[in-house]
Amino acid sequence: MNYLTETTILELDEIARNLRIDSLKMIYKRQSGHPGGSLSAAEIVAALFFYKLRLDPHNPKWEDRDRFFLSKGHASAVLYAAMARKGFFPEEDLYRWGNLDCHLQGHPDRVKTPGIEMSAGPLGHGLAVGAGNALAGRMKNKKYRVYVLMGDGEMQAGIVWEAASVASKYHLSNLTAILDYNDVQLDGPVHEIMPLEPLADRWKAFNWHVIEINGHNTRQVVEAFDLAEEIHSKPTLIIAHTTKGKGVSYMENDSRWHGAVPKADQYELALAELGKEVG
Amino acid sequence: MTAIPQREAYGRALAEYGAVNENIVVLDADTSSSTLTHFFASRFPDRFFNIGIAEPCLVDFGVGMALGGFVPFVNAFAAFLSLRAIEQVRTCIAYAETNVKLVGHYAGLSDFKDGPTHNCIVDLAVMRALPNLTVIVPSDNHQIINWLPVIAEHPGPVYFRMSRDKSLPVHPEDIRPVIGKAIQLTDGTDVTLIACGTMVGRAMQAAGLLASQGVSARVLDLHTLKPLDVEAICTAAAETGAIVTAEEHSIIGGLGGAVAEVLVENCPVPMVRVGIRDRFGVTSLDADSLMDYMGLRVEDIAQAALQAIKRKSFQGDPV
Repeated sequence: MNYLTETTILELDEIARNLRIDSLKMIYKRQSGHPGGSLSAAEIVAALFFYKLRLDPHNPKWEDRDRFFLSKGHASAVLYAAMARKGFFPEEDLYRWGNLDCHLQGHPDRVKTPGIEMSAGPLGHGLAVGAGNALAGRMKNKKYRVYVLMGDGEMQAGIVWEAASVASKYHLSNLTAILDYNDVQLDGPVHEIMPLEPLADRWKAFNWHVIEINGHNTRQVVEAFDLAEEIHSKPTLIIAHTTKGKGVSYMENDSRWHGAVPKADQYELALAELGKEVG
Repeated sequence: MTAIPQREAYGRALAEYGAVNENIVVLDADTSSSTLTHFFASRFPDRFFNIGIAEPCLVDFGVGMALGGFVPFVNAFAAFLSLRAIEQVRTCIAYAETNVKLVGHYAGLSDFKDGPTHNCIVDLAVMRALPNLTVIVPSDNHQIINWLPVIAEHPGPVYFRMSRDKSLPVHPEDIRPVIGKAIQLTDGTDVTLIACGTMVGRAMQAAGLLASQGVSARVLDLHTLKPLDVEAICTAAAETGAIVTAEEHSIIGGLGGAVAEVLVENCPVPMVRVGIRDRFGVTSLDADSLMDYMGLRVEDIAQAALQAIKRKSFQGDPV
């Protein structure tokens, strides 16, 4: 396992802060999008795109690249922000999001946007697709790893558990799933809408290796990704406990900000809060 | 290869083709002893994956393998593939344009013994409505065998419809089907019988029956429901002036619906649809008698042809 210096961790934190700002700017510009789940995933996405994933933005179809599947496709803002920062497409595209001639769709589209591994939107697809992709990689003797970022709401979908069984059956140790466990879904708290607990035990019972972390602690996030690579017999789920709307006081833990757009004064406040966070 | 059921022709041919094309992987949903993908499984165990009774996951898992460079043949009962897993098919195959070959088994009424839950009379309507998806209904065993390499090498998603039962042989051993090109089996001048799948053989018999009554019927095997061979349909309409469609499927949204759409927009002539008339089937002792019971008899096709021909005289004077 790599030991990251405090400087590197702080750099990733700074990227996460900027991904939050970019996400909100994009959503405000388009007057549409999902802020809550984009903000909760910022450290996870920053650690993936700027630490873990082996990618070549100039050759998005590079055969040996790691594969990242965003299963919670509504968090497209934070994904697009990270991909633009990484160089897959110009940053100005972020602010043309939603225009009829812009490749960026409401939810990720693998056909239109370079570097998007899989189209997403309806919840529950990422793990099953990622599992098939992990098996294909192993059969072709590829060293790439497959990462799937899921939301907690989609844990309610049967297909997630079908995929959990399949990944376990085929011992897909090159598959790492991450759960952005912010405990808020569209209609309210996940633990009220349809409880998931005991979630870690459920995944262990499906014969997965489970790591639980604070999903906003970048050191814990990167160490969990590193640790997952040391598990050679089974897939790994990283349960990342997060806060929906993280970094914007009035959005935190509030289901109304799952898919709402801030008004002008709220927007200014949000940017100010995000600016102050590490200032 | 005519005395065995369609599924067996498929299962054996897939196992043969697996030796030719090493990129083929086969997935099934606990039905390999029914779909007969077990022939492939026993020959290529490392390229066969049984996902269990989980059709949505089966489809998405196949998508992941396609993204990884394989050509997955994803097998399940048509009823469950086209209905239980349809959102996966829509989002991850049709919309995402992934190179997955869906094979819907026990289609139409061919699972006579298991009853209406296992029949599938709506899959063509459902699949045909999805952009990007090619929809193919093979009519006999020779066609099935020769479709496999075509489908595998076609760079895009395909839905391939398979009967559990035997179908009447209509094509020579060396038939070379082309996606989107209907095959004219007999020529005729009074009416065209357009059929797909198991109904092609019955349409040929109906043409014989009509000939004995002095009616000259053309027969088209319209194996590809999407993309549709508009030219062949319009040529048939122009040259014979009446159309009958015959399918082992609901008359809503399948072959009859597709042909009707083309005729109305491009070349309207009298048309009659033979198919299942918006009702569920029943359990039966064999597939043929169930097809007969549901209105798919050779006589039903011949009767429909006479009706369509009779309506020609009403053209422009519908009194």
